[in-house]
Amino acid sequence: MTALHLAVALDGAGWHPAAWREPTARPGDLFTAAHWAKLVGEAERGLLDFVTLEDALSLQSSRQDGPDDRLDQVRGRFDAVLLAAALAPLTSRIGLVPTATTTHTEPFHVAMGIATLDHVSGGRAGWRAQISPRPSEARHFGRREFPGPAPGPLDDLLAEAGDAVEVARRLWDSWEDDAEIRDVATGRFIDRDKLHYIDFDGRWFGVKGPSITPRPPQGQPPVTVLAHERAPYELAARVADVVYVTPHDAGQARAVVEEIRGIPREGTPLKIFADVLVFLDGEPGRAAARKARLDELDRAELVSDAAVFTGTPDELAELLLDWQRAGIEGFRLRPGAVPHDLKAITRGVVPALCRRGAFRREYEAATLRGLLGLPHPANRHAKVTTS
Amino acid sequence: MTVSRKQVHLAAHFPGVNNTTVWSDPRSGSQIDFESFRHLARTAERGRFDFFFLAEGLRLRELKGRIHDLDVVGRPESLTVLAALSAVTERLGLAGTINVTFNEPYELARRLASLDHLSGGRAAWNVVTTSDAFTGENFRRGGYLDPADRYLRAAEFVELARELWDSWRPDALAADQEGGRFVRHGGIGDVRHRGPQFDVEGRFTLPRSPQGHPVIIQAGDSDEGREFAAATADVIFSRHGTLEEGRAFYADVKRRLAGYGRAPDSLKIMPGVTYALGDTEEEAAENAAEIRRQQVSPQTAIAFLEQVWGRDMSGYDTDGPLPDVDPVVGGGLSQGRVPVKDPLAVAAKWRALAAEKKLSIRELVIEVTGRQSFIGTPQSVAARIDEFVTTDAADGFILVPHLTPGGLDDFVAKVVPILQERGVFRTEYTGTTLRDHLGLETPGRTS
Repeated sequence: MTALHLAVALDGAGWHPAAWREPTARPGDLFTAAHWAKLVGEAERGLLDFVTLEDALSLQSSRQDGPDDRLDQVRGRFDAVLLAAALAPLTSRIGLVPTATTTHTEPFHVAMGIATLDHVSGGRAGWRAQISPRPSEARHFGRREFPGPAPGPLDDLLAEAGDAVEVARRLWDSWEDDAEIRDVATGRFIDRDKLHYIDFDGRWFGVKGPSITPRPPQGQPPVTVLAHERAPYELAARVADVVYVTPHDAGQARAVVEEIRGIPREGTPLKIFADVLVFLDGEPGRAAARKARLDELDRAELVSDAAVFTGTPDELAELLLDWQRAGIEGFRLRPGAVPHDLKAITRGVVPALCRRGAFRREYEAATLRGLLGLPHPANRHAKVTTS
Repeated sequence: MTVSRKQVHLAAHFPGVNNTTVWSDPRSGSQIDFESFRHLARTAERGRFDFFFLAEGLRLRELKGRIHDLDVVGRPESLTVLAALSAVTERLGLAGTINVTFNEPYELARRLASLDHLSGGRAAWNVVTTSDAFTGENFRRGGYLDPADRYLRAAEFVELARELWDSWRPDALAADQEGGRFVRHGGIGDVRHRGPQFDVEGRFTLPRSPQGHPVIIQAGDSDEGREFAAATADVIFSRHGTLEEGRAFYADVKRRLAGYGRAPDSLKIMPGVTYALGDTEEEAAENAAEIRRQQVSPQTAIAFLEQVWGRDMSGYDTDGPLPDVDPVVGGGLSQGRVPVKDPLAVAAKWRALAAEKKLSIRELVIEVTGRQSFIGTPQSVAARIDEFVTTDAADGFILVPHLTPGGLDDFVAKVVPILQERGVFRTEYTGTTLRDHLGLETPGRTS
């Protein structure tokens, strides 16, 4: 059996809006590094491939068109790239995949941030690239008008995201691996013939290059994209290494995989992960009861783009294997509440998958690309040497 | 009862991408591996320094239309590496240089607030501006900024960042599980900012950070820069000079504070300094000379010459005399660094000096491009530092070591204990935040 890839998506106190009210939650600690260090440490003990860290350039809201005034849900988030960097020295094997927005940010800064995360983590960085269609978010920058409240011109934002990823990839390759020579005889620190301008000139921005940061240890840190429909699937197929999709059953999973596989792509095949929001307890029925209690506290039934699972770790393991047969290669599990559902993943679901021979028993690689089975990419500028 | 003496503040500058940093020495390590940053930061923290400092460069420097290859090239993204350092240090302040021309207030304010939270109140921001189109080629906005608007943008940028940092009440986070209140009523305010530079509206994404406002640093000696610092900054990273120059600068800047209703000790003046140590004064002088030779390789000497002469000088022997040819005015060979203002005058001055002291090209460049600020035994260097601070020529120093990662080791092992014995430098951190170390008030703290 092919081993599954397993990631967890961390956000606030968990993905249920009332998760912070669980007895084991420590809502007062959400804005401390220690809180996140514990969670990522737990994920690493569970041998997970990576964690993703959610982010956005606006405060969480139950409304699409701006802030709400709810006081009973978690509000506030760290910059995810910086949070990931703070977690890097405290972990050694697990991948760190922060969310960074492409719509309002400078592609140059984002690319340098991810490259630096890769350096400080010794090759464990990834990037979840995300667009922002919200007019309220545009008003935080005040330089771009989005006709709101409806989402902005989505195709443009996706195309811009594609350009941002392309710029990052070119910048990451703009230093060849052996560019630093420290040649005392000629006084040269670098061989500048191994540094390259990228000369990107697109519709939204131009970037000259080269990178100010030497090539990251992984060469190309994996780029990941969450996608719910055709246009973002195409973006993922064009620029990403991993796509997160949101089928609600094995049949939908098969259809999504088929659709994505039908999109032309160059290079290594796209890894298709499914997102599942999970509530897990060993005792049958207990997880569903817990979710119901949280729904009641939030005064609404949980709404999610991803499938919502309640059950035992063994039941989830069976579901994951069922979807794997439909072509899904990995999962990004969104714990309903942390630390409870995270621990149920690392101490329940992981052993259950191991018993079925479907998950690693130790880390087999030191980089995120290695864990994902992606080869170390040759630099696009490197001269091919033949012996 | 002992009279308490004026205390010295110290910061450590990570060796940068200019020829102060010696990469050719066998002890020189990686400029990019995290281990180098960790080593230097931990050394600074062992020495009870106030903060660790990273410079910025958003485009690789060029000479004669090609990437300058003689100095260290390459650096990490500052705030990302500082966030990683927050996990391996406990008290050390973490300062990053960030350009206001190529960033947006909302995004940068939240990155700085994130660093302040993650580090438990140790973030600092060295505010710099540029109008240079060369760097702008890496960014959406390009180099559009009129030089006259640089400080206007900087001032409004910091003002808006502070509005964002202030927009959550200190007690906004209730985290009350029983009562079902994560956020207190009225805890998160709306920000509405309309100004000549920025038009921003919305809510900030982070609770008020431990320092309220991360520490603001300003670097630069111009009149505009001084005024900006007096209005806005907590620390000035200034140019080091003689004791008299230091006192004049210090008096001038501190005098300006009153105009903004600020107390003299609310702004710390910290010149950037280099140093060379030895067991005797002679040994220190020899070490200093050897470091200077390493900093100015023959190729580097030629590169300096070319920046003044504005033409290709690669044919000249650096052990020989200065060339007879005159500089090309407006040669503009150099990009990404400050241009030489009056090349003809500089060349004349250099020629006179070379003739007087019988200097070769390389010796001349070594002579004119600045020696170490402090050269001596640990005792004499400590005494000199103390003298600058006691006589109000500085509040402390930003040390610029010449080696990565070990360049601060001897200073911390040898000079810091003497400063501590003299009673002018802390032996333990007494506070947890950078504002505590610097003796600055925490905005919004009521007690």
